[in-house]
Amino acid sequence: MTDQRQIDEAKQDDLGEPEFLLPELVAHLRHLRTPLRQEWANRINDAHLLSSMTAQEVFSEATSVYDNYVEVLETGSVEALRRYARDLSERIIPRGVETHEVVGIVLLLRDVLARSLFEKYRNDFDLLNRVLDAYEPAANRIANTVAVSFVEERERVIRQQQDSLLELSTPVLQVRERLLILPIIGVLDDMRARQLTEQLLGGIRNHRAKVVVVDITGVPDVDQAVANSLVQTVDASRLMGAEVIITGLSSKIAQTLVTIGVDLNKMRTVGDLQGGIEEAERQLGFRVTRPTDAQP
Amino acid sequence: MPSPELPGTSEPLRVSILTQGQFLIVSIHTALDDTQMTRLQEDLIEQVGRQRSRGIIVDVSTLDVLDSFATRTLTQLAHVARLRGAETVVVGISPEVAIAMVQLSLQMSFVHTALDLEEGLQRLGELTGALDEAAFLGTRSRG
Repeated sequence: MTDQRQIDEAKQDDLGEPEFLLPELVAHLRHLRTPLRQEWANRINDAHLLSSMTAQEVFSEATSVYDNYVEVLETGSVEALRRYARDLSERIIPRGVETHEVVGIVLLLRDVLARSLFEKYRNDFDLLNRVLDAYEPAANRIANTVAVSFVEERERVIRQQQDSLLELSTPVLQVRERLLILPIIGVLDDMRARQLTEQLLGGIRNHRAKVVVVDITGVPDVDQAVANSLVQTVDASRLMGAEVIITGLSSKIAQTLVTIGVDLNKMRTVGDLQGGIEEAERQLGFRVTRPTDAQP
Repeated sequence: MPSPELPGTSEPLRVSILTQGQFLIVSIHTALDDTQMTRLQEDLIEQVGRQRSRGIIVDVSTLDVLDSFATRTLTQLAHVARLRGAETVVVGISPEVAIAMVQLSLQMSFVHTALDLEEGLQRLGELTGALDEAAFLGTRSRG
């Protein structure tokens, strides 16, 4: 009981200590910068982490991370580290570095530094404990920051790619005055179908289209939800005063449309894109003639 | 307590009906409540008879919602107008409204639709056939 209280009191006395322990720690880590850094790089290699990078690259990144690490311990602010981690992630994500590797190397560094602290303070167990009290929260915070920055950066990249994929996936092209075509290639999922509707309706308004040819030759199959959304798109276009001609239905898609009982009177379909465009031109009053035909 | 009056019955119709040749043009630019909507329908039908109109254009381009009642009223209007000899074209349905309408399965059968007023007039010209579109659009002043 008494011992326990003494320990408690001792701990309370120590509360102020991390402030002067940390500078000491930082000085120690600065002093041993070269050997510790080398040790860390070796352990990264031993663990086969960052295998997609050369040893030289690993070492130079390790140096930067090390310096940033020590700086965080010194200043207590992770801002600079976060910026660096973002930057680093941006560089290494295209190289195929995985999340577990990034988390792994940061944890390795934490361990390497902890080992060196053990060695320095091994004669004074009490002091070692207090040093670790100061070191561990900071180290964990650093590991956390780096991992989160990496994941955030990766998510940002994924989002960006998704956006650009979506933008690429539904082009709206004007081929004649008031005639648009929308070639669709690849699997149509819910999200793409919704985007198709938006692009199509927006295109009708912007180009003042009267006829739109939607070519789905490149779509292998659709499920019921997407087929329904296709029908809705046709309906919505009609509400805006434009007619939709769907071309290039595969036999599978045609089957699906029949199975879900689409009102085929409301949907105009033509076999292929050429036929669709010809039909649309006829409807708009265009006539395509060869110059030789025009001047007999 | 005074008997509660239905809103909209006493106040004037907040939509003006314009006459352009043989066509009536209505632009709805504020959300109309159900009473106003019904009144608009009645007024239009009456005018069709009085002015011997051949077509009605309802412009909804400034509305950001067309609810089921409005849709039904417009459909009804189109039916009744047709019985009295006029076609109805709804113009200016925005992409958002169009999506919402098909998602709510709101159908407007017998109602013609067009992108905007200009298109609508042309469409009416084609539909009624009686009137040369060029003459209607004022080629006289040009010629």
